[in-house]
Amino acid sequence: MTIFIPSPLRLYAGGQDAVEVTAATVAEALEGLTQAHPDLRKHLFTPEGKLRSFVNLYLNDEDVRYLPAKEDTPVTSADQLSIIPSIAGGD
Amino acid sequence: MNTIADLASLPDLSTDDLSRYSRHLILPEVGMEGQQKLKAARVLCVGTGGLGSPLALYLTAAGIGTLGLVDFDVVDASNLQRQIIHSTKDIGRKKLDSAAEKLTALNPAIKIIKHDTMLSSANALDIIKDYDIVADGTDNFPTRYLVNDACVLLNKPNAYGSIFRFEGQASVFATETGPCYRCLYPEPPPPGLVPSCAEGGVLGILPGLVGVIQATEVIKLILGKGDSLVGRLLLVDALNMRFRELKLRKNPECPVCGENPTVTELIDYQQFCGIVPETALDTSGGKVVKNGIEQLSVKELKRRIDAGEDAYIIDVREPYEYQIAQIGGKLIPQNDVPSRLAEIDRDREVIVQCRSGARSQRIAEFLKQAGYPRVVNLAGGILAWSEEIDPSVQKY
Repeated sequence: MTIFIPSPLRLYAGGQDAVEVTAATVAEALEGLTQAHPDLRKHLFTPEGKLRSFVNLYLNDEDVRYLPAKEDTPVTSADQLSIIPSIAGGD
Repeated sequence: MNTIADLASLPDLSTDDLSRYSRHLILPEVGMEGQQKLKAARVLCVGTGGLGSPLALYLTAAGIGTLGLVDFDVVDASNLQRQIIHSTKDIGRKKLDSAAEKLTALNPAIKIIKHDTMLSSANALDIIKDYDIVADGTDNFPTRYLVNDACVLLNKPNAYGSIFRFEGQASVFATETGPCYRCLYPEPPPPGLVPSCAEGGVLGILPGLVGVIQATEVIKLILGKGDSLVGRLLLVDALNMRFRELKLRKNPECPVCGENPTVTELIDYQQFCGIVPETALDTSGGKVVKNGIEQLSVKELKRRIDAGEDAYIIDVREPYEYQIAQIGGKLIPQNDVPSRLAEIDRDREVIVQCRSGARSQRIAEFLKQAGYPRVVNLAGGILAWSEEIDPSVQKY
């Protein structure tokens, strides 16, 4: 499945804007992502392993934290995960 | 909307209004009543820069009766690539004055109220209370959280837009049933992770696209027509011209707009965003240290070069920037640094350099964490070098 990497985090994903991973759940997909790009881990997760709250994770168009199974939601290769960070530019 | 004047007290339209707004009047979704609602409305534009320019212009053109503008900044040449409300002759002038002049020329009947100040916890509630809707066109996280919290506390909808390079976001926050900014992002990113437009660059047209989306939402809220972006996050990718929509929900546990709010007054937003004030930087032993990285001044670098001392500079800008101007550093663009660490000597003190000192600060922190024993950041970057040491080095 595809994971979209937002501009501010691309530095830590080798400059890529999308990464392909093989996974059965959202959590596995994130694990696959941070295994391939370890520098992303601290930007996405707290030391306790929780997703940082300035980063939102969307499975297709739904916020993962509002899905009944949250990160344990099963995914298929047709699904897309988007990491949506906060941006503040306006000037 | 319970804050817009009810039908009986809507202002009349003058003969000028009738001719000026004729294209609105013949639209079923607007009509006389809609135009009267626009005339009665009071909208606050926070910022008259990238987003604020198209926002303020289109709201003025549409006949918003009272438009408040908040800005304390001065027009700079580099603004004119996108801040289209300002002109070349306005360089050096207060943005507020420049903007007000253009808006009045476009539509003299609009009441423009200038707020020549930086919005802060001390004044935000007082300023925002006199308006019906706020359009947030600011450029930093602390102010975005400030505007959000103030809007929720005062029950004023917030037409939100933000941009970064070639991507934008838009939504409407702080309505009674809808989410607020904190429902989406309870926590700001650490300072330095998301560069500003000055550091990261921005496609000039982008704030035009997003700013007009914000203006559209403001007008729809006033008219009470159409489907607003409440509960929806519109994502704009201008480079690929793709528009996506994500669902936003009100977080019942949101500290500001949730069922049991813990934030009931405005806080210190700089502290909330982890921004250490300049005076709190560690300057012990005459050194300036930021986030554990010693800052090297351009004057000190020049001294070292002249004295023949080691000056090992790693330039983390992009190749096209290097072509414009460089000071002899070894070019490793920031995104390549993690995979090219083998090329960066661990035995020498590494001086990381970029355009203004922001990207290089992040890379310096990265190198430190990667185990480099001696890393410093060239404060102010190549711009400072051009300004203070060698003006023949091209600024850009």
